[in-house]
Order: sequence, then structure tokens, then C-alpha cells
Amino acid sequence: MEKKWEDMMPEEKQEELFARWMSPKDPQGNDLKFQSPQAEKAYKERITRIKDAIQMKKLPDRVPVFVIPSFFPVYNAGFTPREAMYDYDKCCMAFKKLVMDFAPDAQIGAVAPGPGKAYDILDYKLYSWPGHGVRPEQSYQANEGEYMKAGEYDALIADPSNFFSNTYLPRVFGKLEGFKMLPTLTGILEIYGVAFNFIPFGLPPVQATYKALFEAGAEALKWAGAIGAFNAEINAAGFPGLWAGGYSKAPFDVIGDTLRGTRGIMLDMYRQPDKLIEAMERLTPIMIKMGVGAAKMSGQPLVFMPLHKGADGFMSDEQFKKFYWPTLRKVMMGLIGEGVVPNPAAEGKWATRLEVMQDLPKGKTLWMIDQSDIAKVKKTVGKVACMYGNIPSALLTLGTPQEVKDYVKKCIDVAGKGGGYIVSNGAFFDHAKAENIKAMVDFAKEYGVYK
Amino acid sequence: MAKDLVNALADLKEQEVIKIVANRLSAKEDPLRILEDARKAMEMVGQRFASSEYFIPDLVYSGEILRAVTEMVRPKLSKAGEIKRVGKVVFGTVAGDIHDIGKDIVVFMLDVNGFEVYDLGVDVPAQKFVEKIKETGAPIVGLSGFLTLAFDSMKQTMDAIKAAGLRDKVKVMIGGGQITEEVRKYTGADAYGKDAMDGVTLAKKWGAVK
Repeated sequence: MEKKWEDMMPEEKQEELFARWMSPKDPQGNDLKFQSPQAEKAYKERITRIKDAIQMKKLPDRVPVFVIPSFFPVYNAGFTPREAMYDYDKCCMAFKKLVMDFAPDAQIGAVAPGPGKAYDILDYKLYSWPGHGVRPEQSYQANEGEYMKAGEYDALIADPSNFFSNTYLPRVFGKLEGFKMLPTLTGILEIYGVAFNFIPFGLPPVQATYKALFEAGAEALKWAGAIGAFNAEINAAGFPGLWAGGYSKAPFDVIGDTLRGTRGIMLDMYRQPDKLIEAMERLTPIMIKMGVGAAKMSGQPLVFMPLHKGADGFMSDEQFKKFYWPTLRKVMMGLIGEGVVPNPAAEGKWATRLEVMQDLPKGKTLWMIDQSDIAKVKKTVGKVACMYGNIPSALLTLGTPQEVKDYVKKCIDVAGKGGGYIVSNGAFFDHAKAENIKAMVDFAKEYGVYK
Repeated sequence: MAKDLVNALADLKEQEVIKIVANRLSAKEDPLRILEDARKAMEMVGQRFASSEYFIPDLVYSGEILRAVTEMVRPKLSKAGEIKRVGKVVFGTVAGDIHDIGKDIVVFMLDVNGFEVYDLGVDVPAQKFVEKIKETGAPIVGLSGFLTLAFDSMKQTMDAIKAAGLRDKVKVMIGGGQITEEVRKYTGADAYGKDAMDGVTLAKKWGAVK
């Protein structure tokens, strides 16, 4: 009899998730039919290659290679970001072209642009997107702000879900104003007085909010249908999806990016450090649950975690050790305990705290490296974890194929030794010369073979 | 007393700073002297940032304390205290890019190092840079950008400066997330800075030439 999930050790859970990734499903939940036996073989070889690189137990057949763009596929296909966000077929065509043009070892789906119309319906304020705050031919960008006020930590700590529904969401979505009037659902207990809790749902602003949600939901579903079909098609062609929607964050970034803003959280580090730490502790199990839930649902072990405000310069090493690392590590350990492979992206430059960051079990995480010194990462975090990245955006945009090859060679020589490295660009990019991306992938496949 | 305020602010002791300023104001001290102390303290903050003793949270917090001090002192000021400035700099995040954190840090560091900074904000069209350069006669320009699209916006801004006949009147520095020497060459800027201190060093070098 098969072992139940609850009875498995973390290693077994990880193996189980890799095994499920190896046997993908179609959107209906049946075993995916591959385009050809060759495609199936290539799919499995690619996952095995990535798995060997991540687990660091044995050498892969060669250094794997990723292409991890932002809106580049859209430009590369001759579309504008606006088109990709509003015409889901065009979006999928663009991301398909990326995979077909360059044939990397994994694909990142077509989810990044997202459903523009759903954001229109909800009047989303946290971002400006093409045709809505930025020009149609540009990528979306975040509008940081103090969406949570300095005095609201107690409310967040007491009941994060209620704080999100009744306070945060109405602030970042104009059309969710009505949520301010929602009752506290945990107050619905017994027949006595219970009806009072349903009164808000009869009020016009709340009903208007639900109407907007139904419309946005229908749009999101339409989008998900297109994205799901795309994934199945690309998987069937032999290219495994890297994240499949699995996503989590460092608690410090949840508060700093989303709730308080950079300025707000930095003042909190001085004015109310204990509250900030308490709130991050409160968010930790929520971030674990978010990543584990997505990984188990998609049957795929990798969960992406973009790291922002822990980079060099954003705080001192002491501040990093006090505020950033403890809850980030707890989230990663929580994910690892459930067999998930956290994939933090160390955006920007990370140097002075790499020693602190190597305090992780070996072969359980995968790091995206942007501008950090790759030799230094290899000697620290690289001892316990596989990494990918470091090819600079500027080089891919302005350099020549030969310069790209030289850089990739350097990366493989330095970081590929003994496994644990995947060739990739270091930062999400919008622009690049297609011949440079091709040079990166082709050269990695040629030079990266382990003999 | 004066030293206390300088040190308290440089050490980011907010409560202490507020208390000292309140005491000195109620003792009818010339508010300009308080501001002068605050300026000295901010200079120390800038030095500590330059020597990696301080980081962005410390800069942000010092700016916040300074704002509180200025608000306390402002009602008592008879005339605006003119601070001696060493040079003018026009600064902004280029068209299409709305990132401000990096730009704000360089602006802050230039300001505490005595430069008069005209901060044009984010998503600044090339023409707006040109107009501001003409209006202020600033000999130094800083272009900030975080996205890869900024490479082209920076180049277009450089072209606009050239077309307006201002290229030999200004020195231009660029900086931000993905900026490298290759991007500098591509845009035709005079130099690029890896961090805020590079920006200050360049401005000082260029300011001295003028």
C-alpha cells in the first residue's frame, strides 16, 4: 500500500512531489498525453536534470538552462504588453514562441502578464499596468504606498484574514470598498442574533462589491482556461513548467512591499520593532500554507519566492539577522518540511550576508541569483543549494552573442563545478536581443555537458 | 548643547532630538542655529552611509527626524535660511519607469553633500529634463532607471539634450538596477554609478571642474 502523505518524511514528500511533476496531468485531471514518445522522454530528462542539480546528490548529465523573463516573450512575439494582458490567446502564443524559439529546460507558464480586464473591473491600485497608468507598450509596475497604517499592527496580528478582507483589500481595490462593511465571520455562532451578521450582505455597497467580484472571477476563470490549455500543450511538447503558480514570500517583504511600503517598514524597524517582528511571526505559517497548498495542488515541488528588501544596501547585516532572515528561514523550513523546494530569488546584490543564508539543509532549496558575485555565492549558499542566474540583463540587451557565451562559460566554470548550477538570466527582463538568449541557451547545452 | 543635537540626530535618537529642539526653541535660540546643527548631523549621517555604517533604513529614519525638526522650527523662522550650495544637479527617473527608491537615495546623498538638487520625480519625459537644465543652468544631470526599458529612455534623453544644444554644457550620470558600463556606452552618458556614493563622487568631481 502507498504511504499516506502525513506519514512521509520531508525527503519522501519531496521525492513524491518530484514524482508527480514527472507524471503531469491535463486540465481535466487525466494523465497528460505527450505529443510524441520523444517529447515524453525529453520532458522526463529535463526534470531529472533539474532534480539532480537541485538535490546535489549526483551530477546531472549537463548543466540545465532556464530563460526567466518578464515581458520579453511578448515583445519577442511582436505584441505589446497591453495585448498580452487583454488577449489571452496572444499571451499564450508569445510564451509558446519563447519555449519553441529557445528550448530551455523548463518553462515558466504564461501567467506573468495576468488578466488585465479583471484588474480593470476591480480598480486595482497597487499596480499600474499597460494602458492603465503606464503606456500600452510597457510592463506593469508597482505603486508602493502605506496601504496599512503605522498604528494598525495590532489589527493585523489579531486577525490577519479579517485585516486583509475589511481593511487592506478595500484600499488596494477601489471596487472592494463594500468589504469594509463585512461582518467578522467568526462571530457567526448560534441562532441567537446570528441574523445580524447577514445584514451587511443586503447593503447596496456590499452587493456592488460582490457583483464586481463575480465579474472579475468570471474573467479570471476565462484567463485560467487559456493558461491551463497552454501549460498542457507546452508540457506535452516536452517542457516542464517551473512554478505552476506556487508562490510565497518572506514575511518582511509581505509587510514592506505590500502593506507598509519601504519607507513605512523602515520607520517601523526603529519605532515599533517588536510589533513588526510579531506581525512577521504571525504571517509565517500563512506564507508556509500558501506555498504548500499551491505545490500540492499543482503536483510540482518548486515554489517561487521573490526576495526584495533583504538585499545589500537595503539594511545592515545586523538588521538582516534581526528582521529579515529569521522568519524567511522559518517559511523556507516550513516549506521544506512539506517536501516543497523553496525557490528564493535574491534580486539585486547579496554579498555580506551569504554566510548567514547558508544555514539551510543541503539540496532542499533553489536560488535565483541576480548580481551577486557568483564565486562567492558558490562558496557559501552554493555549498548547500543549487543556484541559477547571474547572466546580466544589460549583457543580454546590449552585448553580442560572443560576449554572452564568454559570460556563460565563466559562470559554468565557476559555479557548475560539482553540479548545483543552472545557467539563466539573473533578473526578470523585458528587453533583450533574441540572438543573445539563443546564444545563452545553446552554449549552455554545448559547454555545460558533464563528462 | 549644540553638539548634543548633532550627535542625537546623527545617532537617530528621535525622542532626544525632539526634546533638545523643543528646549532650545523655548530658550529663544535662533532657529537658524538649530537648522545648522541639523545640517551638520545629516552630513554625519551621509558619511556613515558612505562608510557602510548606515543603510537605507537609517537614511529614511534620519530624513523623518529631520522633517519633524524642520516642522518644529519653521514657525519660528523670520526669513528662510539660505544654505550655501556647492552646485546644481537635475535628477529624475527616466520616461516609462516609475521606480523611486534608488533615485531618492542618490538625491538625499547629493542634498546632504551640499548640492542643490532639482528632483523631477519619476517617469520624466526627455523634454522635461531639457527644460529644467535650461531653466536652472545646472551643469550636472542624473538619470535613474530600474527597468531594461530605461536603457532606451536614457538614450532618448541624451539625444534630446544633444538636440537642444546642451550636451557640452552638462555632465550626465546614469544609475539604477541593471545599469552597467555597456549601458553607459549605449546611452552616451558620461559615467554610471553603482550606488549613491558613486553619484556623489561624480558630482563632486564634475562640480569642481566647473
